[in-house]
Amino acid sequence: MMFWDPRMEEMPPEELQRLQYRLLKTLVYRLYSFSPFYHDRMKESGVHPDDVRTLADIRKLPFMYKRDLRDNYPDKIFVAGQDDLVRYHVSSGTTGKPTVVGYTRNDLDNWTASLARGLVSCGLGRGDVLQVSYGYGLFTGGLGLHYGAERVGATVLPTSVGNTERQIELMQDLHTTAIACTPSYLLHMGEVAEKMGVSIRDDTDLRMGILGAEPWSDTMKSRIEDWLGIRAYDIYGTSELSGPMFCECSEQKGFHVWGDLAFIEILDPDTGESLGPGEKGELVVTMLQKEALPMIRYRIGDITSFEDGVCACGRTHPRVMRISGRVDDMLIIRGINVFPSQIEYALMTIPEVGQHFQIVVDRKGALDDMLVRVEVSRESFSDKITDLMAIRKTVEHKLRNTLNVAVNVELVEPGSLPRFEGKAKRVIDRRQL
Amino acid sequence: MKETGRFLIKQISVFSENRPGRLAAIAKALEEEKINILAFSIAEADGFGVVRALVDKPKKAYEKLTGLGFNVAFTDVIAVKMRDSPGGLYEIAKMLGDSQINIEYSYAYSGKEGAVLILRVDNADQAIRQISSLGATLLESTVFQ
Repeated sequence: MMFWDPRMEEMPPEELQRLQYRLLKTLVYRLYSFSPFYHDRMKESGVHPDDVRTLADIRKLPFMYKRDLRDNYPDKIFVAGQDDLVRYHVSSGTTGKPTVVGYTRNDLDNWTASLARGLVSCGLGRGDVLQVSYGYGLFTGGLGLHYGAERVGATVLPTSVGNTERQIELMQDLHTTAIACTPSYLLHMGEVAEKMGVSIRDDTDLRMGILGAEPWSDTMKSRIEDWLGIRAYDIYGTSELSGPMFCECSEQKGFHVWGDLAFIEILDPDTGESLGPGEKGELVVTMLQKEALPMIRYRIGDITSFEDGVCACGRTHPRVMRISGRVDDMLIIRGINVFPSQIEYALMTIPEVGQHFQIVVDRKGALDDMLVRVEVSRESFSDKITDLMAIRKTVEHKLRNTLNVAVNVELVEPGSLPRFEGKAKRVIDRRQL
Repeated sequence: MKETGRFLIKQISVFSENRPGRLAAIAKALEEEKINILAFSIAEADGFGVVRALVDKPKKAYEKLTGLGFNVAFTDVIAVKMRDSPGGLYEIAKMLGDSQINIEYSYAYSGKEGAVLILRVDNADQAIRQISSLGATLLESTVFQ
């Protein structure tokens, strides 16, 4: 089976644009009427739903930012009431508060349908065993892929993250043919497998990886493909869009963004000017059909480019290239989004350490390793090593709980970390992607 | 001051990152103030350490190092004289063990007062009384400072 929904996936571009316009117009009227947040936003920017007369008029609409979700924590921005929600997911916010997303039944159906199209487009289906090694739970990755793969008839092996040796044993015993995880975790798996005397290339049935949730490069893709003997497909999404949502087709030339679900723009991050195919800029997404938590011109903060025109696979929907960077200082550590501001807020609650910090990110083997350097405050310094170790442990626990990712903490001398007058540069990223 | 107070010696403890040059920075600061180091040790943990020193002018050392940005604390330690020949440490250590005096940390030097064991204990007052009553010699802080 080449297409999950051929009528939609091969829809002629003009027809697709007409559909997008109708969906946009409906969305704008719906939100103007029923969402106090969007109503106020539109009023403030002096735009009325009547002003949207073509698809290009989307540019008249105001942007939405991650901070809007934070400011409206947990669900003030939701358009659906709790009784219409069938699920929540939670991801990291930029401060101490996380970001909550909610789904109606239709939202979940569209999410699953989007993935079903994408998974079929890269050749996954009945007869495949997909090992889902994304985290299950509040993170969208695990459950998203889970239902998408079940929908297309693949057999799901929900291993979630961790216990790599066991994952490799199960991969062999249950004849896993495809795996969904971060590219760095797959490389880590390859290394662990070798230590166990298992070659993923020769001793398993793995033939494809559906990899995402962190930036990766062509170099990393080639390494994965050549070393492990599989095809590596990029998958993209964020919790605000629903979760992992769009996936590369068999051509491996960018992930198709289904135009009936999402309208994409690539903008110059500084001027906001709209950029054309092949030009690098900030990805801005409008979700055309989301009910519970609509997104109009959401500035995710990822840098990439897009290509339009009909793909060699026959699909008419635009393709977006692998993410090459961020417009802000967000880090992705083992697939988890980490904002330096979260660390700042967490440290404020620990009087034993100062407010200054430095983050050093590196790859240990294939996996990300994050070190946070903090200064021991003068008041809390005693000459006992055990007291200092306890301070370090406190900070590690606090950061782990805040960020949902393991952190190593290094205690440094007061005044030794760089101070900033302008924009702080607190991150040293030594990873070679 | 308690009767045991004269045996309490003010040690300076300096927080230090575990990287080349930190000890030199501390020693240079002390030299600039003409402060003499009588004994010192370095306790190391993962990535950081604590430099502990007995100096002749602890207050001045504290001010100097703090002024340079170091994290410095005073800690009370006691000094027990040891016989400077084989078995000297054993005599003292056995006595401490028999008296159930727990050592948090310790370091030693051999100088003009003979061999000296510097001790950091949980309850210094009690330890001073016990050690004295058992006939060992404690050095008064004036010997150093």
